[in-house]
Amino acid sequence: MRTLLLAIRNLLRNRRRSLATLLAMAVGSTSILLFGGYSKNIQYSMETAYVRSGGHLQIQHRDFNNFGSGNPTAYGIADGAKILAAIRSDEVLGKLVLVATPTLQFGGIAGNYNAGVSRTILGVGIVADDHSAMRNWNGHDLPLISPPLAMQGAAADAAVIGTGVARVLQLCEALKIADCPQPQKEAPAEGNAIPDDIAALSQLEAAPPKAVVRGKAGKGKASTEAQQPARSPRRIEVLASNNRGTPNVASLDVIQAEGQGFKELDDVYVSLHLPQAQRLIYGSGPAKVTAIMVQLRHSGQIKAAQARLEAKLPEWSAKQPLAVLDLNTLNPFYVQTIALFDTIFGFIFVLIGGIVLFTVSNTMNTAVVERTVEIGTLRAIGLRQLGIRQLFVTEGVLLGLGGAVLGASTALLISAFVNRLGLEWLPPGSAEPLPLILRVWGEPGMILGTTLGLIVIATLSAWWPAYRAARLNVVDALRHV
Amino acid sequence: MNDTQAPVAVLSKVEKSYQLDAVSVPVIRGVDVLIRPAHFTVLLGPSGSGKTTLLNMLGCIDRPDVGNVMVAGNDVNAMTDDELSDFRAKHIGFIFQNFNLLPVLSAYENIEYPLVLAGASAKVRGDRVPKLLEAVGLTDKARNLPGQLSGGQRQRVAIARALARKPKLVIADEPTANLDSKTGAAILSLMRHMQQRHQISFVFSSHDRTVIGAADDTIFLKDGLIQAVRRKRHDPEGEPLLGAEADE
Repeated sequence: MRTLLLAIRNLLRNRRRSLATLLAMAVGSTSILLFGGYSKNIQYSMETAYVRSGGHLQIQHRDFNNFGSGNPTAYGIADGAKILAAIRSDEVLGKLVLVATPTLQFGGIAGNYNAGVSRTILGVGIVADDHSAMRNWNGHDLPLISPPLAMQGAAADAAVIGTGVARVLQLCEALKIADCPQPQKEAPAEGNAIPDDIAALSQLEAAPPKAVVRGKAGKGKASTEAQQPARSPRRIEVLASNNRGTPNVASLDVIQAEGQGFKELDDVYVSLHLPQAQRLIYGSGPAKVTAIMVQLRHSGQIKAAQARLEAKLPEWSAKQPLAVLDLNTLNPFYVQTIALFDTIFGFIFVLIGGIVLFTVSNTMNTAVVERTVEIGTLRAIGLRQLGIRQLFVTEGVLLGLGGAVLGASTALLISAFVNRLGLEWLPPGSAEPLPLILRVWGEPGMILGTTLGLIVIATLSAWWPAYRAARLNVVDALRHV
Repeated sequence: MNDTQAPVAVLSKVEKSYQLDAVSVPVIRGVDVLIRPAHFTVLLGPSGSGKTTLLNMLGCIDRPDVGNVMVAGNDVNAMTDDELSDFRAKHIGFIFQNFNLLPVLSAYENIEYPLVLAGASAKVRGDRVPKLLEAVGLTDKARNLPGQLSGGQRQRVAIARALARKPKLVIADEPTANLDSKTGAAILSLMRHMQQRHQISFVFSSHDRTVIGAADDTIFLKDGLIQAVRRKRHDPEGEPLLGAEADE
């Protein structure tokens, strides 16, 4: 108690120096916590986005994750409905699982007949109601607005495509997509006009095959348009090979284009109703799915749910080699991003820790020099070396504690202020801007860890000067000028 | 009190040198000193004569290179650093030329500090500190920090602090050097009074011959050697002391 009192008074004795040290620590602590809060926000935003779109866990064929992209339908799950029913009725999983939904992923080619363009796509068959429910997951209470899923309640042939697909298939105008570049039409080549008969032949070739009619070109075109039913400008055809390798075509009505965050996905994404996708791939045969997505109530339940699924799957579907993949395995980009931010956080902590170390050490060294006679006096009147060490280390701890607490308080205030500004940012892999939130409040682990870390650093910084002070020769210390 | 009691401190054939760069400078060259209990002893001598070194060894904050130091019946040479600290806290009080009060503690707390170090209870401290403050005439300055006290007042606090644990020996290194002559005389008088009242041995250094009159024993030092020892006998019935004759 007396040591603590002495330490406090000694710190107050040189207020300016103590304050400067305290502020250096507080600024360091604030910086660490604000960056940590920013980093946490990124982690939670990304986690939420991935959980909303793909769930926490996916049941897949054992080899689908590694080889499925080459031929998704070859790795289908046959007992999808049975497994889903078993999950929903399981006594353990029933309490953990929020949504369990099948999905079918396939590769194909989408074409816009009207524009005469096509491109390879990644088709995803979904259960719209389930995916709509998945979009409401918000395990970290982010201030997010969940836009309604366009596919929900839409016609059986409805499709949602990536804005990149819409751009390539020249559907921007039909889908009323803003800021969508249009291909520039090339100017006609300069030169002599071609002969009339050649021009007439060319026009005939350019016309759609079904529009080929006998008679003069101009009259023929007019009569063809009159005969054909009006075609929706949003309609596309998706060509895919079925599970036997035979090509099959589905005509889809694109009801909306949605940005997919990554250009690579945005340029190929086509989502459609699961039954439509299953008809396209499996025809009238037994329908399969490529994955069963499982969304849990909390991300902390992943391990428990995964263990339960792995234990139960052989029982529910003995003939199929199934695997349960978790969020991290399914989304390596998420893991890499978090690892990157963790590394930066650690780097910043080490840098600031180093600054704190030298600041506190310098302060304590100066104090030892200034108080050398005092140290000699204390030793002379009977204070042991340990007492001197305790005194200076206590001062270091108090500086560390004060700086860390001041820093944490400042970080909480600044984060509260920033969070009220309503700033937005576009995180990696997101199509829409998200609120810029500094997650300091509600992260006791981060606050406590940073505070304790800085206190430990301050204590270590004070230890060497304290050790030196305790080892001073009493006579030399008393003689010090 | 008489001279037959065991001496409070005995230095036997003590030598001490300091290293000045590569040169060893002898400061004390084989001296024998005996400090009588409950006496007022003054070490006299010019600067560099070894007074402070001798005081430091008597105060157990320095060790001799050669020879033995016995204080309060204990061979302090054999003690560890921690044992010496505890020993000093229990048996020795210090009064410094520059007062050396802890600037962040009030007069009361400075006097109380040695008792805290000794683990004295709040009741014991509460009884003893006010009495000491009263004895040195600073009851009304109890809450003042050293910076708010005059030089004389600070030295009074230092005297009270030195006496807080009722030590056997008080070491005072030129306690009046930083005081004007009037205040110095008052401090000397106070020390004498306290020494007699508490029956404690006081050893202090000075190169001022005017303090000789206040001392029971005077030890004259020059170039690290004892030139003379003058002892006043308070108790005519007492036996002659070992190692020293009156008016050597």
